[in-house]
Amino acid sequence: MTDQIEKIVSADDARSNSVGDRRSFLKAAALPCLAGCAGMIAGVQSLTPLQATESDAQFIQEAQFYEKKPYKKIQCKLCPRECVIDDRERGYCGVRENRGGTYYTLVHSRVVTAHIDPIEKKPFFHFLPGSMAFSIATAGCNVNCKMCQNWEISQVRPEQVRSTYAPPAKVAALARQNRCLVVAYTYSEPVIFYEYMVDTARAAHETNVRSAVVTGGYITEEPLKKLCKSVDAIKVDLKAYSEKFYKEVVNGELKHVLNALVLMRKQGMWTEIVYLVVPTLNDSDAEFQALARWIKTDLGPDVPVHFSRFHPEYLLKNLPPTPLATLERAKAAADAEGLHYAYIGNVPGHPAESTYCPRCRKVVVERTGYTIGAIRIKNGMCSYCQRPIAGVWGV
Amino acid sequence: MARNVLLSVDVGVNLHSRACVALKRRHWMPSRRDFLKLAGAAPLSRVVSERLSPHPALNPPKSRAVLVRDAQLRQSGSAIDSTRLLAMLDRAVQALFDRDNPQEAWSQVVSRGERVGLKVNCLAGRGLSTNVALVDAVCERLQQVGIKDIVIWDRLNDDLESAHFKVKERGAGVRCFGNDSLGYEDELAVSGSVGSLLARTLTQVCDAVISLPVLKDHGITGVTMALKNMFGAIHNPNKYHLSAGDPYIADVNMLPPVRQKLRLHICDAITAQYEGGPSFMPQWTWPQNGLLVSRDPVALDQVGWQMIERKRSEKGLKPLRELKREPTYIATAADPNHRLGTNDVNRIEVVNA
Repeated sequence: MTDQIEKIVSADDARSNSVGDRRSFLKAAALPCLAGCAGMIAGVQSLTPLQATESDAQFIQEAQFYEKKPYKKIQCKLCPRECVIDDRERGYCGVRENRGGTYYTLVHSRVVTAHIDPIEKKPFFHFLPGSMAFSIATAGCNVNCKMCQNWEISQVRPEQVRSTYAPPAKVAALARQNRCLVVAYTYSEPVIFYEYMVDTARAAHETNVRSAVVTGGYITEEPLKKLCKSVDAIKVDLKAYSEKFYKEVVNGELKHVLNALVLMRKQGMWTEIVYLVVPTLNDSDAEFQALARWIKTDLGPDVPVHFSRFHPEYLLKNLPPTPLATLERAKAAADAEGLHYAYIGNVPGHPAESTYCPRCRKVVVERTGYTIGAIRIKNGMCSYCQRPIAGVWGV
Repeated sequence: MARNVLLSVDVGVNLHSRACVALKRRHWMPSRRDFLKLAGAAPLSRVVSERLSPHPALNPPKSRAVLVRDAQLRQSGSAIDSTRLLAMLDRAVQALFDRDNPQEAWSQVVSRGERVGLKVNCLAGRGLSTNVALVDAVCERLQQVGIKDIVIWDRLNDDLESAHFKVKERGAGVRCFGNDSLGYEDELAVSGSVGSLLARTLTQVCDAVISLPVLKDHGITGVTMALKNMFGAIHNPNKYHLSAGDPYIADVNMLPPVRQKLRLHICDAITAQYEGGPSFMPQWTWPQNGLLVSRDPVALDQVGWQMIERKRSEKGLKPLRELKREPTYIATAADPNHRLGTNDVNRIEVVNA
């Protein structure tokens, strides 16, 4: 059930009308994983009213990665869109604004939701399994996927949702205080809160807390290289393996995401891939096979790939949930191509949630949903046959 | 039933598709695929409406767009003479509706007791936003025909204030506020490529809307006038500037509350801008001292676009097409899937009043 709890919390809270009201608080407190942080940065968004609760000034910093142009225009260089933006206008993401020829992020420390989740929920299966992730997001996204599960926060502007001021040091301290080994930047699209993410990752490292990024991978080379020096793991939502899907469903271009994935690997970043299988749109055998071939060739067979079940959401409510057989077909294509770690996601209890040693085929990490059973990996190797199991298994 | 409708297509519509060939087969019965092809080639709504209307293809109604100018509009300096502006507005609206006095003309737009929204465009600040004096003139005429509840609105209170509107959220008479005052609907409104939350000002406050855009260039979408002004009614306009706004701008105007409530478009062409928009770039403005008024947003945009192209040509600038920002969304708004108006110059009656 990848991100299912985020989905529930986001959807419910987006419909509630006030920050930290009793109903919201009780909802949050009822979630076991939230017990530690409810009331601190309760994950609450609302589209009504549209006034931020805090002064806007504290969220605004000059953005990185942009060029000044004549007539007070700027060109953003953070993501492949490279929006050219007039004075008083914002880019596609809606969270960066040109003010008099200087470009600003409006979402530094502007948290719209925060939760403590199992790292498996991101999902990371080969990065500190069994650990908890202090997970945060701001408003905004640099794509507009028709199947977005968190559109109430990803497809809005920062002033259209309730937010809380959570500077990097505070996030790091809360993570530590709640025994989270990881801060996860997730739910919406962390690329668009890049400056905040990098600053928080630095603050977290100072308290020995790692950072994991959950992203669509829509980012240009220079910022990605810098990001790779600041964080410890990146999970990329590879939405499809066709430009057609990216154009029609994502409003982006596949080639940029593939380039980013290759660069992540070259930078030595621990990388996992999620592929949300959407019935009729990205579920052909040919696409699964081509995807698996590309991963093996360009990224290597040790990159885990999670084939996740789609649920009807946002602008794709006309499609059914992904049939299990389709997910199994995708995994079979990946296995046949020789990928070592192909998983099935959003199907709790499925055997393909567990990690198997590529050599002896024994279970080395048992999973049921987000629950970890036995971990039979010692010093990064299979406890049965001593074959290395790719991943980050301890701090 | 389906067969009857399809056969009427064969008679009344000049189809050039393979589906047309299929229609001419003897004893042809439509397969599901054929039916879908035909539905794509000529929407059934068109078929039905053409059956009900006598000779519609021979006598399509023209859209009227009224251009008014007053060279004496500005007093010494740049201040606008409000009396002359009101007179110019009257000439435009009376010409549009063929009426002898402004009250009769405005009665064609609104009904007594309706709550009327005036959607202004204030993004560019004081220099290139809908003029306060023009909005005042519209309010005066609306009040004279029994409209008591008027709301001047745009995206943000800050934008309104930057254009020198005074925000007033409550009280009787004319109110003025941005979408940030009332927020947006909770449920998505979907049309074609667009999925957006609509401003509550549009959905809950206004019975009717009069759009008051500005005649200006736009660095992404080519031009911005009547059709694009409705981006101010959705929560996520930043998502819909791809492909020069095509088809998004047309799709936003198809959202039922937008389409159903828009009554009139009064384009502020007192100061117009032919390059460098949507921001205010005084070096590229010209004193048009006019208004462009229509009930058809597509016709208005088509006429306004050509005005901007002429000015660009006069100033030695390239046509928008060569800059890859031709406003193709205008034609999309007129296509069979949208039918928001006409961009056919032969079907637009331009009246100089």
